[in-house]
Amino acid sequence: MAKGIRGGEASRGWLFISPALIIIGLFLVLPILLALWVSFSDWNGLGSPLSGNTSFVGTKNYEKLLVDPGLSQRDFGTSIRNNFYYVILVVPLQTALALFLAVQVNRRILKARGFFRTAFYFPSVTSSIAITGIFIFLFSASGAINALLGWLGINGPNWLADPSGVIHNFLKLFGVNSAPAPLAAAGPLGISWWEWLAGPSVAMCMLITLAIFTTSGTFMLIFLAGLQSIGSEIDEAALMDGTGPFRKFFSITLPMLKPTLFTVITLGLIGTWQLFDQIYLTGGGAPGKTLLTPAYLSYQTSFKGLNWGEGAAMAFLLFLLIVALTLLQRYVLRDRRKGDRLDKTMRREIATQAELAKGKSI
Amino acid sequence: MNTKKLGAGLAAVALVAGLAACSSGGTTTPGVTTGQKLTMLIGSSGDAETNAVQAAANAWAKTSGNTVEVVAASDLTQQLSQGFAGGTPPDIFYMGWDQFGTYAQNKYLDAYAKDLPNAGDFYPSLKDTFTYKGTFTCAPKDFSTLGLIINTDMWKAAGLTDADYPKDWAGLESVAKKLTTDKVAGLSFGLEYARVGVFMSQAGGSLVSSDGKTVTADTPENLAGLKEIQKLHDDGVLKFPSEINSGWSGEALGKGAAAMVIEGPWIKGIKGDFPDTHYQAVELPAGPGGKSTFTFTNCWGIPAGSKTTAAAVDLVKFLTSDEQQLKFADAFGVIPSTESAAKQYATKFPENASFVKSNDYAVSPVNFAGSATVISDFNSQLANLIGGDAKAILASLQTTLQAALDQANSK
Repeated sequence: MAKGIRGGEASRGWLFISPALIIIGLFLVLPILLALWVSFSDWNGLGSPLSGNTSFVGTKNYEKLLVDPGLSQRDFGTSIRNNFYYVILVVPLQTALALFLAVQVNRRILKARGFFRTAFYFPSVTSSIAITGIFIFLFSASGAINALLGWLGINGPNWLADPSGVIHNFLKLFGVNSAPAPLAAAGPLGISWWEWLAGPSVAMCMLITLAIFTTSGTFMLIFLAGLQSIGSEIDEAALMDGTGPFRKFFSITLPMLKPTLFTVITLGLIGTWQLFDQIYLTGGGAPGKTLLTPAYLSYQTSFKGLNWGEGAAMAFLLFLLIVALTLLQRYVLRDRRKGDRLDKTMRREIATQAELAKGKSI
Repeated sequence: MNTKKLGAGLAAVALVAGLAACSSGGTTTPGVTTGQKLTMLIGSSGDAETNAVQAAANAWAKTSGNTVEVVAASDLTQQLSQGFAGGTPPDIFYMGWDQFGTYAQNKYLDAYAKDLPNAGDFYPSLKDTFTYKGTFTCAPKDFSTLGLIINTDMWKAAGLTDADYPKDWAGLESVAKKLTTDKVAGLSFGLEYARVGVFMSQAGGSLVSSDGKTVTADTPENLAGLKEIQKLHDDGVLKFPSEINSGWSGEALGKGAAAMVIEGPWIKGIKGDFPDTHYQAVELPAGPGGKSTFTFTNCWGIPAGSKTTAAAVDLVKFLTSDEQQLKFADAFGVIPSTESAAKQYATKFPENASFVKSNDYAVSPVNFAGSATVISDFNSQLANLIGGDAKAILASLQTTLQAALDQANSK
């Protein structure tokens, strides 16, 4: 390589980014690699995992969680189920609410927009511990929520102590109290299909409400930024074409917000699968393990049970799950180019014409 | 080429720096009992306890020529785990009964207790709790047993006297019925192994056979214990704390939602919130299998391979002396772990005498390595006890606990 005026540029470039590289390597890459090693080892938390008393155990920790029937597998399955229902309810609802709020506070005719923007954003800047504390009081057996329900003549449940699943409770209305024969069979991860279909427990519903309440403000802000980047000339053009407000929202605003929507849903998915603070505060999975989440279970297995390998394996499985779901979401929200379909039709047409020209019947 | 080398060099530097951060060295010398700097990690119940422990540690430090720093943990288990993983565990710490088996099996603990001069003075049941594979490992610090705590005002209002203290399950049922009103539950306790297990034990049941090899959860005795709880609840005289809008049964007793609860000496903590509630602790009634209760205890843990072991053991000797234990009892109400000191405690604090007395027949809850996860699973299944199948719960416990026991014994 001839050394010209740009000689040595690369090495200097490396030099300049080295502080960032060292920091990222030391505090991010190295711990992740170490955790990956721990997940394949029998480290018991005594001294460094790289010292002599730790040995490689292959995929044993992963097998315990995924294949071997037993308590480890069942706990992991239960935590995945709980968190799954949490995600499936929180992500769409918080995204919808955030979008709704953003559209509302973006309207020019709205008075005191600044006040509303601040008010909706407020829960996001408050500590999740404080908000969870307040929610625990609101949802206690004789709390404000149940008092409110009492005025409406509804006898509210003992929210935080109720482990029954809402789908199970719904089925009970139709006299289905226990698993029908086909559902009683063992399902994936050591819990029966009937248990998989339990739905979020009543206690989990409280946490779902809490999450929607706190995070929709954050995402409202992201949507607001997205909305403001849509030029007013597009709105005007739509107006000239005579679109009503609904048509305008679904045909113009929403498609133009797609990149923002992708960001919000991705952030939502990642955040909800890592539910920990609220579980720590509400008693580590009680009632009846229906609040157990993989993140909390990983902490409990490592710090309390000293099965660090299993805890780390759980963290990596959670990581894989989040990556898989994000990819799936990317695929669903991908840009569908209408041109592709057109091309296909056209190509088929051309092929047909060609066949016809050859004198073959179709 | 150049850039690759540089990149590799940077990665190597980062790796070495990371490894250096993982290891750490002490400057103390082994076997020496003076001039040491000790760190003590405690799970404190409050300032009274922290100050009393610090005062005791200072007194020892002064006479022995060491220094002790007492640190009150906000989450003891987590901070201990971090300390051990980082290679810098505290020199002496509180070790709970429930974590002991796991810690001992993973070789976290120094088995110093068998050589203590006062090793024979501790209650045998407490020594059993802290014995791993036949070796008495760490010295019990104190203990608590469960008793029946009675609201004395309600007791008198129901026309009951000292002679009516329940002696057996039938007695318990009848007084609970008399104490139950529209607003007050006769009896309350948390639906968890630490309370439910007492009923199973009173019925003559246990969870592990005496040779420590077989799980004996699915037995008629244990079933009888669970059935008794179902019966009390079906009769409407037993309400769990969550049913009467309380965080734990002590709160239910304090605000008058329950007339009797099953708790330990820590019940005196409700004084701050409910100063006007008068109560008295008596021994738990006997079941068909005789008298029984649980004893919960902590020990003074010393990490294995520590360089300050000699000094730490000397400190434990000082802290477990009868004189010092009685000082702790005065300061924050714990019951001494030696029989002689506990006897003195019982005369000094007659309101807690029943807790001391019941330690003569108390059993320790299961605590072998790995049992904690099984017990928390059992606790979650107990949520289905009322109106559910008690036998199925025990059968599930039998399978999971046996699997955990086999694994613990194989190590």
